[in-house]
Amino acid sequence: MLGFESRVATRFLREGRMQTVLIIIGVAAGVAVVAYISALITGLQRNTIEKTLGAQAHLIISPLDDTVLAARAPASAGTRELVQTQPRAQRPASIANWQTLVPLLEAMPEVAAVSPMVSAAGLAVRGEATKAIALVGVDLDRYDRIIGLRSKVVAGVARLGPGEGIIGRDLADDLGVRVGDRVGIVTGGVNDSLRVTALVDLGVRELNRRTVIVPLRTAQSLVSLPGGATSLDLTVVDIWSAQALAGDLAARWPYKAESWQQSNAQLVSALNAQSVSTALIRGVVLVVVVLGIASVLVVSVVQKQREIGILRAMGATQGQVLRIFLLQGAIVGALGSALGVLLAVLLIGAFTYFVRGSDGLPLFNISLEPMLALRVAAIATVCGVLAAVAPARRAARLDPAQAIRL
Amino acid sequence: MSDAVKAPAPLIVLDGIRKTYNAGLPNEAEVLHGVSFSLGHGEFVALIGPSGSGKSTLLNIVGLLERASGGSYRVEGAETAGLDDAALTLRRRTSLGFVFQFHHLLPAFSALENVTLPSLMREGRVTPAARERARAVLAAVGLAQAIDKRPGELSGGMQQRVAIARALVLEPPLVLADEPTGNLDTASSDEVFALMRRMHAELGTSFLVVTHDPRLAARCDRVLELVDGRLVRDASQTATTATTATATPAAAPA
Repeated sequence: MLGFESRVATRFLREGRMQTVLIIIGVAAGVAVVAYISALITGLQRNTIEKTLGAQAHLIISPLDDTVLAARAPASAGTRELVQTQPRAQRPASIANWQTLVPLLEAMPEVAAVSPMVSAAGLAVRGEATKAIALVGVDLDRYDRIIGLRSKVVAGVARLGPGEGIIGRDLADDLGVRVGDRVGIVTGGVNDSLRVTALVDLGVRELNRRTVIVPLRTAQSLVSLPGGATSLDLTVVDIWSAQALAGDLAARWPYKAESWQQSNAQLVSALNAQSVSTALIRGVVLVVVVLGIASVLVVSVVQKQREIGILRAMGATQGQVLRIFLLQGAIVGALGSALGVLLAVLLIGAFTYFVRGSDGLPLFNISLEPMLALRVAAIATVCGVLAAVAPARRAARLDPAQAIRL
Repeated sequence: MSDAVKAPAPLIVLDGIRKTYNAGLPNEAEVLHGVSFSLGHGEFVALIGPSGSGKSTLLNIVGLLERASGGSYRVEGAETAGLDDAALTLRRRTSLGFVFQFHHLLPAFSALENVTLPSLMREGRVTPAARERARAVLAAVGLAQAIDKRPGELSGGMQQRVAIARALVLEPPLVLADEPTGNLDTASSDEVFALMRRMHAELGTSFLVVTHDPRLAARCDRVLELVDGRLVRDASQTATTATTATATPAAAPA
């Protein structure tokens, strides 16, 4: 189909070897940078999110806040009323009918796991030491599916039988507690004690300092919510669907649904800012690559003016000359991006090999996804063609009579 | 050949051709002032004249590389004045062959590839038949041994012969040559010119040759003389004897 144009284009490229190699290297460098940065940022963000969500639910359902509605006389026309109300203090409240809600949620395809929880503030006491804690009552197996609790155990064995509890490692240090010791719990004026079966590292220092995990029933009686649950923790299949799902649930049922994006708003906006600046860098790099190709091709057109004149005199149409140069752009774009992807893979390999955590394992898990590589290569090829447009049009418009005289 | 045996329908007809450069600008210059002549099939014509007389401009107009500013130019009966660039290009491709002063081969292609370029351009690929034809033409110009050599590896005379082969490969009715021997020494000039005459005899192709070498002009069948943009002489002359191996004095017109 483009037999003539491709034969001439490849031969022209071979003839101007130095320039061709230069352009290909330029494209390769640009593509490598773009692919490497994309893979790096994507990998880092994924790692960050995994760590953040390591000790959190993706979505939390809780009862709606108690609000105060002012009793008002119907407003008469022409008057405006200013109302002031005192916001009510929130008490621990249970989600009405949560037991029927759980199977409904589990049936949804987007939901991976559901775990009811009773949480309350309290104190942990041992001897003279008293520490403020967040008391969390759960069903161990369900909770394990939410935050992988069993994999976070650093001492002892995770068990939540009656009178048993699991505490954060830093809290254990602060209280001088080891596996098997007893710890006193005070909450809402009720005292209890539990025997520590395991210590956990939840990955976040603050959590390790304050978390005490007890069986669901224990928490229910401590907080005077028999059979109740103050929240439902959910994990979802696609973490990015959490926000939409939260909105959906809140609209459907009279509950509050908060996604992890909402609870970690600062992190999310930081990640977004990162993504935006990465996109900016990629855009700039591509523009530079396009300009580089274009400038070298312009020189090539100037050098080849006589040959273009000969071709035109022999009967090559303007369209054929245009396509010869556009093809040159496409070829160097494709070759350059192939080389660039290869370079990116090497760079990523080097990164994974050299950047290690204190435990000797690679700090981050970065890889170049085939789809990303393909996309970048396709864009680079298109950029090659775009870069060739201006020089190609110039070549096509050359006056054959004058070009021949050169 | 003499007028009596001119081909019935002329190949090209120029009528009152004028060419003005920089029209409307202060440096406006009319280079051709109403040139008229016609060429039939199988003619071998020299276009002579002093430098600056407009020979190359006239040849470019005949070759559809430039448009005339006025007058009519018909090729194989069809008027060329209203045609757009694409149509002119097509007409160039089918009706004309070019030989330039500097060989003007593509340096990145071998001799054979240069000669197959016109077919490649037309068909989008080089058919076996086209390749065979190219080999045959290269053999006819005496370069059977050099088909895979690049222009850079050939002498000036050989390059010019490749150029002639390329001009003839698609058998156009008319070949335009702009000082084809201008860059060659005497021996090579004679060789190349003899080749052109032989091709003319064998294929019946018409040749319009711009030259300022009076010896070569004398060996053409007809002379057009251009002075200051005007045709001052249009005379036929028998191909004079002298040197070459063209033993047939009456080169038969097509």
